[in-house]
Amino acid sequence: MTLRVNDLKVYYQTLRGDVHALDGVTFDLADGEIMGLAGESGCGKTTLGKSLIRLDSRMRHVGGTIELDGKDVPIADDNAMVPLRYHEISLIPQYAMSALNPTRKIGRMVDELLRARGVRPADVADELRRRLELVGLDPDVLNRFPIELSGGMKQRVVMVISTLLDPSLLIADEVTSALDVSTQRAVAESMVEFRDRGYVKSMIFVTHDISLVYQMADTIMVMYAGHVVEKAPAGTVINEPRHPYTQMLIGALPEVGTTTVQGRLEGIPGTPPGLLDPPTGCRFKDRCPMAFSKCSEQPPLVEIEPGHWAACWKTG
Amino acid sequence: MLELSHVHKVYRVGAFGGGRLRAVRDVSLTVEPGEVVSLIGESGSGKSTIGKMVLGLFRPSAGRITFEGTDITTIRGHAARKEYYRRVQGVFQDPFSCFNPIFKADRVFEMVRSSYFPRTSDAVWKDKVLDALATVRLDPGNVLGKYPHQLSGGQLQRLLIARALLLDIKLLVADEIISMLDASTRIDVLNLLADLKERGLGILFVTHDLSLGNYVSDKSVILRKGAIAEMGPTARVFDNPLHPYSRHLLSCVPQLHRTWAEVDAELEANPPEDVTLPTADDGESAPLIEAEENHFVGIDQG
Repeated sequence: MTLRVNDLKVYYQTLRGDVHALDGVTFDLADGEIMGLAGESGCGKTTLGKSLIRLDSRMRHVGGTIELDGKDVPIADDNAMVPLRYHEISLIPQYAMSALNPTRKIGRMVDELLRARGVRPADVADELRRRLELVGLDPDVLNRFPIELSGGMKQRVVMVISTLLDPSLLIADEVTSALDVSTQRAVAESMVEFRDRGYVKSMIFVTHDISLVYQMADTIMVMYAGHVVEKAPAGTVINEPRHPYTQMLIGALPEVGTTTVQGRLEGIPGTPPGLLDPPTGCRFKDRCPMAFSKCSEQPPLVEIEPGHWAACWKTG
Repeated sequence: MLELSHVHKVYRVGAFGGGRLRAVRDVSLTVEPGEVVSLIGESGSGKSTIGKMVLGLFRPSAGRITFEGTDITTIRGHAARKEYYRRVQGVFQDPFSCFNPIFKADRVFEMVRSSYFPRTSDAVWKDKVLDALATVRLDPGNVLGKYPHQLSGGQLQRLLIARALLLDIKLLVADEIISMLDASTRIDVLNLLADLKERGLGILFVTHDLSLGNYVSDKSVILRKGAIAEMGPTARVFDNPLHPYSRHLLSCVPQLHRTWAEVDAELEANPPEDVTLPTADDGESAPLIEAEENHFVGIDQG
């Protein structure tokens, strides 16, 4: 088991009180697993990704534990996290295209980054070139400035840099959202290739695009308002979702080939609850057509069949 | 109703404007009342430039854009332009930056009133606003008197569409209006476009997302590097893509029930027949060939 997250709670501190962005998140990630993390904006998916590597000044670790390869990850202690970052846990940030330093040639930037992490650039120089070629880039990009590359090229450069030290866990946050469909496919496929070659042991792929996750992930975890609502193998989430939220979310996605002539799809009425003062019980109950009296208690995340977890009283 | 005929747009690029970039190349298309036309393309395909030219924000470098028979570049003067915008309106990608955060969100309605309907009485205007809100399926109690930060992206986007409906519009240019919305509210805005279409509005729907383009539109136009690659009835374009670029694009779209590997295997098993593509040697024109009835293919740009 690579990663084990147990009852993780991370709150944002604001002037008006704590925002419960992650409120008891529990999941396991196996070796070699690519997990797609999906949900609407504000559901806590980016917060979860960030919590695993670095809490920023507004984020507070309230409870819960994280274990990576059997060792505890001390996320609340910023200094103790330093040796883990990049070596064990690495992140491709949400706007990776602007993550490159515009004033440095890419090769020099990589050297500086490696030295800062205590690695001699010469030791990994060959590997770096090989991996750039693997994602279809000419190693000559190292002598260029970021402005000379297209969006898709920058994205692939960042991907290669992030995984250069073979981290155990890679967090990819909306890495393909700003790309065109054909580039999106190329980037997604190279990420799978990196996993297959063992450059990264396991990966959390954060996205709002469920159909993209279905193409590349082994499992999909759906979050809603700071809670995990469902986690299952990708095919199961798409074809036989059990939680009402997942069912409605997938029902609202138009596909190539769907037109209004064949009947209209329906959205989910209402909006997600505010997390400053979250409602008690199931957080989806106000928008859920199946809600009943028991939903005022919080449903536990239970394994309804092997590998398929859902948090709903109706499925349990 | 709206007709573009051999429209070009050339931008000056580079530090001193010495370079030239042909953003739109020889595009001809029409939008009829009650018709949704999707302009689909990747970044840099010129789709937004076309939308902006129709809205009169840019002037075409060559070619004619006519709306109900008038060439829109001949519209001069404040009053005449105002009349044009009474009938043609745009809604854009980012609803959050369309509102001034200092004022309440429904101020956009007041702005329309003060410039277009200064003589309308309060009661009549209120009915008109409520009517427009009902069309976009917003509950007036939830949105009127609220500040932009209190509303969701979907609500703000629908407010902007309601604002356009207050005018007597015939054509709506919808430029990537749902790319910033969440999956659960996206479909509501798309369904709203279908409602508007039934009321006889012509919609030019600009998008980069092929599955969304497919859902509402009657006619699809796939653009590549400024020129039309393929144009035809939506069902034909998506069921039987003829241009190699459209086929490539469609094979890259992530689908919900089929993986990329399955799509590739299917293409491999039944390779589509090649069609003859038109050629253009001058680097400027972009002729189309009618491969089937009303289904056109454009030049091959490699």
